[in-house]
Amino acid sequence: MTKMDNVAIADQVDQSSHPSTFLSKYIWSQDHKVIAIQYSITAIAVGLVALVLSGMMRLQLGFPNEFSFIDPASYLQFVTMHGMIMVIYLLTALLLGGFGNYLIPLMIGARDMVFPFLNMLSYWIYLLSVLVLLASFFVSGGPTGAGWTLYPPQAILSGTPGADAGILLMLASLAIFIVAFTMGGLNYVTTILQARAKGMTLMRMPLTLWGIFVATILGLLAFPALLVSAIMMIFDKVIGTSFFMPAILSLGETLEHSGGSPILFQHLFWFFGHPEVYIVALPAFGMVSDVIAIHARKNIFGYRMMVWAIIAIGGLSFVVWAHHMYVSGMNPYFGFFFATTTLIIAIPTALKVYNWLLTLWRGNIHLTVPMLFAIGFIFTFTHGGLTGLMLGNVVIDLPLSDTFFVVAHFHMVMGVSPIMVLFAAIYHWFPLLTGRYLSNRLGKFHFWGTFLGTYAIYLPMHYLGFLGVPRRYYAMGDTDFIPESAQTLNAGITVSAIIVALVQLVFIINVIWSTFKGKKSGRNPWQATSLEWQTAQFPPEHGNWGEQLPQVYRWAYDYSVPKVKDDFIPQNLCPKEVEYLASDKNMTKGESNATF
Amino acid sequence: MTIAIVIILLVIATLVFHFISPWWFTPLASNWQAIDDTINISLWVVGAVFVAVSLFLAFVILKYRHNKDRRADYEPENSKLEGWLTIVTTLGVAAMLAPGLVVWGQFISVPENIEVVEVVGQQWHWSYRLPGKDGKLGKTSIKLISEENPFGIDVNDINGADDLLIKSNELHLQIDQPIKVLLRSKDVLHNFAVPQFRVKMDLVPGAITFVWFTPTKLGRYELLCEELCGIAHFTMRGFIKVDSANDYQTWLASLPTFSQTLIHDTADIAQGKQLYDSCVSCHGIDGQGNDAMNAPKLAGLSRWYLHRQLSYFQQKIRGQNSKDLYGQQMAAMSVLLTSDKAIEDVSAYLNSLIPTKKSQVATTAIKNMPMSTGNAIKGKLFYKNCAYCHGEQAQGNFAMNAPKLAGQHAWYLKRQINAYQQGIRGAHPADLYGKQMVLMSKVLHDERAVDDVVSYINSLPNTREIEL
Repeated sequence: MTKMDNVAIADQVDQSSHPSTFLSKYIWSQDHKVIAIQYSITAIAVGLVALVLSGMMRLQLGFPNEFSFIDPASYLQFVTMHGMIMVIYLLTALLLGGFGNYLIPLMIGARDMVFPFLNMLSYWIYLLSVLVLLASFFVSGGPTGAGWTLYPPQAILSGTPGADAGILLMLASLAIFIVAFTMGGLNYVTTILQARAKGMTLMRMPLTLWGIFVATILGLLAFPALLVSAIMMIFDKVIGTSFFMPAILSLGETLEHSGGSPILFQHLFWFFGHPEVYIVALPAFGMVSDVIAIHARKNIFGYRMMVWAIIAIGGLSFVVWAHHMYVSGMNPYFGFFFATTTLIIAIPTALKVYNWLLTLWRGNIHLTVPMLFAIGFIFTFTHGGLTGLMLGNVVIDLPLSDTFFVVAHFHMVMGVSPIMVLFAAIYHWFPLLTGRYLSNRLGKFHFWGTFLGTYAIYLPMHYLGFLGVPRRYYAMGDTDFIPESAQTLNAGITVSAIIVALVQLVFIINVIWSTFKGKKSGRNPWQATSLEWQTAQFPPEHGNWGEQLPQVYRWAYDYSVPKVKDDFIPQNLCPKEVEYLASDKNMTKGESNATF
Repeated sequence: MTIAIVIILLVIATLVFHFISPWWFTPLASNWQAIDDTINISLWVVGAVFVAVSLFLAFVILKYRHNKDRRADYEPENSKLEGWLTIVTTLGVAAMLAPGLVVWGQFISVPENIEVVEVVGQQWHWSYRLPGKDGKLGKTSIKLISEENPFGIDVNDINGADDLLIKSNELHLQIDQPIKVLLRSKDVLHNFAVPQFRVKMDLVPGAITFVWFTPTKLGRYELLCEELCGIAHFTMRGFIKVDSANDYQTWLASLPTFSQTLIHDTADIAQGKQLYDSCVSCHGIDGQGNDAMNAPKLAGLSRWYLHRQLSYFQQKIRGQNSKDLYGQQMAAMSVLLTSDKAIEDVSAYLNSLIPTKKSQVATTAIKNMPMSTGNAIKGKLFYKNCAYCHGEQAQGNFAMNAPKLAGQHAWYLKRQINAYQQGIRGAHPADLYGKQMVLMSKVLHDERAVDDVVSYINSLPNTREIEL
C-alpha cells in the first residue's frame, strides 16, 4: 500500500464515487464541470448587473440632466461598481473559475481537479463574495463611489459616496474573493503540474492550458498585494491606523491621522492591478489560439514561441505596474524604468499577434461564429494594444492620463478583446457542455452587433481623450475647451452602448434556447485534436474518462498533417491507428510531429 | 468573406474618422511642443502598424477562407521568420521609446532660477500662493489651517510673512516665464491639469509634487482636477490666466501678503447697524427678509458670505444679468456701502442678529407659504448632494465656501437655484464659486425637484452657524 501512495495520478485506478442525488450532483457538487458552470452562471449574472450599470453611466454622459435618478453620487457608484465587477467578479471568475475549471482536467486528461472538495469550497466562497458586494447596494449610503481603484484617502472619507458601509463591504468582498481565488488557484496549478495524462508533457499542452496556468500563478502572486491593501484600508477606516492616511482635512475638519502615504496604496494596488490585466489576458490569449488553430484547420504557428511569450509576459507583468502612476507624484525617475519595461512587454505581445496571423496564413479558414469572434479579437486587441504603446511611453501619458483616451484604451484591450474571446470560447465549447450547437444565426447577429457596436463606442472615445475630456466627470457643463459637438459625440457613443447591451440579450436567449432546442452537434463537432473532445461519453460525465485515462502521443496541433487521411489527429490517437492517404501507406509515424 | 470586407471598411472608416475628426488636441499654449511631437510620431507608427496588421488579417481571410478542395499548410515553426519579426518589432519599439525617454528627461529636469508658485487643492476648490519678495514659501501644516489662515502657514516662519495669497480659483502667470508649480493638497488626491499646457500631476496629501512649464500664449485657460476627489470632483475647476509682463505686475500688486491678511480692522457692529438703516425697508428691521419686496433673509448669515456677495454686487460680478431684475436692484443699492470696511461692518452686524421671536414667527409662516409645495421627504434624497458642502443641517461650511441655507425663505432659495441653472447667477468669470453651483444645480432636473429640495431645507432647524 505504501507504494500506492507514490503512484502517479495518471496511473491510479478510478476510485471516484459518483454522486447520485440532485443536491450532490448539481448543488454541492465536487465535479469540476458542475463547479465551472456554477462559476460561469454567477459571473455572467453579476456581469449583467455591471452591464446595466455601464448603461446608466452612459445615459448620464450621453444625455446629461435628462435622468433624474442619476445624481453625482450614484454616477460615481455606477462607475466604481461597473469597473470592479467587470474586472474581478466577471472576467477573472469566468476565465479562471469558469473556463479554467471546466477545461483543465479535461484537457490534461485527468478525472477531476486534485482537490475536488476545495474546488467546491472555492465556488461557494466566491458566491459569498459576490453577495457581500451586491449587499452594498442596499446599505445606507449605498456602494462605494471611489472609482474601481479605491484610492485612499478619498475612498474612506465622507466627501465620497459610500464611504461608510459601502467601502467596507467592497473591501471585505475583495478579501473573500481572494480567499476563493486562492483555493481555486492552488488547485489549478497543482492539477496541471501533477495530474497530466501519460505523454502529456508541458510542451504538448494546448495553449489554453498554458494561458490559464500562467495566469493562475500571476493571480496567486498578485492578489496578496490587494488583500493586504484591503486589510490595511479597513484598519485605517475602522480602527484609525494611518497606513495610507497623512495628516489631512476632511470637508474642513482636521482628522486624527498622520504619517501615512496614499502612494503606498497605489503601489500595492497596481502591483496587483497590472498583473490582473494579464490574469484576464493570458487565458484569453490561450483560448483564442486554440479557436484559431481549430477553425483554420492549421497548427498554431510558432507554438514554442507562443509558450515562452506567455511566460515572458507573465514575468514582465510584475515589473510594469507603475505605468499606471506616471502622474501620481511618485519619484519621477521611476518613469524611465517603467516606460522601458512597459514597451518591452509589447514585444512578446506583438509576436503573439503575428503568430495568430501566421496561423491563419495558408490555413483553411472556416468562418464559424467562434472564428468570427476570434478575428474580432485580433482586430480589437491590435487596436487596444497599439494605443497601449502610446500610453506606456511616459511623456504621452502626461496629456492623456485620466482622460477618456485611457478609458477607451483599456476597454478595447481588456474589455472588448477578452470578451470577444469569451464569446468565441462559449460558442466553441458549448457543444462539449450540452451536446448541442448554439444557434448559428443568432450567433452571427450577436457577433456583428457586438463587434461593430463596441468599435462605434470606443473608437470615437479616444478622440474625446485627445481633446482632453477627463474621465469620472459626472457632467462637463460649459467647459471652455470642449465644443458642443463633443456632447453630440457622447450621445452617439451612448446610443451604440445601448445597442451593444441589447444585443447581449440575444446571446442570453441563444444560450437558453440552444441548451434545450439547439441543433445536436454529435461528438467532436469541430474535429479538434485536444483531449476534452475525446472523452468516452459525450458530453463527458463525472470522472470524465471512465475506467481508462487517456494516453497522449503528440501535441495538440496536428491539423492538416500532410499525407494523413483526416485533417486532424487527436492527441490520444495511437500512432498505429493514424490512417494515411492511400498513396502514402508506407509513411512512418511521427514525421508530422517530430518536435512535439 | 463579409468579415474581411468589414475589416477593410473599418480600417478606412478609422482613417477617415481620424482625419476629419474635429475632436483633437487643444492648441498648445506651453513650451511642451516636444510632447506633441512624440505623440505625433507615435501615432504615425502605431497607425501604420494598425493599418498593416488589419489589412493583412483581411487579406489572409479572403485568400485562405475555407475551400473543400484545399488543405491547410503544415508548418509548426519558422525560426528565421520568427527571429526577423522579433528584431524588427524590437527596433520599432525602441524607436518609439527613445524620443519619449528624452522628453521625459526634460520634463523632470527643472530649469534653474525658475519662478515658483504653489497650487493648493482641497475638496473642491483651488487656491494659490506665491513666495513674495524673499522668493521663499513659508512652512505650512495641516494643523494650522483655520478660517484666519486657510493656507495653514506657520506664523513663526519668517519666510511666510511676505507670501502672496490668492484666495481665489484664478491664478495669473506671466507669459514666457518658466514656472515650477508646487502642488499641495489639504485633503484627498487631486490632479492639476490644464489641457492646453499638456502636463499634469497629482496633488498628494502629505507630500509636495510638482510640474513645470512655460506658458507661451496669452489667454485664460480652464484648470481641471483630473484625479477623482469625491462627489463634486467634476466641479473642481479653476483658471490660469496668462498675462503680459505689465498685466502680471499689476495683478501681483493687488495681492495681499500673509501678514496683511492677519491684520484686519475689528468690524464695528454699531457702525454696521447704522449702515443697515438704508437696507431696512426691504430686508426688514431684523434682517428677516420680505417676500413682497423680493428681499432675502440676512440675519445670522456668516460674515464671509455676506462680505463676498456684497462685494460681488459692488464689483458688478453679481446682479448684472439682464434677467436678474432683483439682483440689479441690489447692485444699485450696494454702492451705498462706500468702502470695504463698510461692507465688513454691515456683514458683522447682520451676522450678529439672532433670529428674534418675531422673525421666528416669520420663518414658520414661510413654511406655510404656497411657494414651498415640494415634498420634503423626496427633497432629502436630493439634498444629500448638497450636504457635502452646505452641511447636513444646511448650516453652511466656511471651509467648503458654502453658505448657510437653513432658515432662508423658500422662494429665495428656489429663485437662486433657478438662476444658477439658467446661468443668471454664477456665470460671471469672477464669481469664484458660482461655477460650481452652476454645475451642481443641474442635479435638480425639474421644477418639482427644486421644490422638493427647498422644502427639505425649510424643514431643517434654523440654528446659528457655529462660528470659528
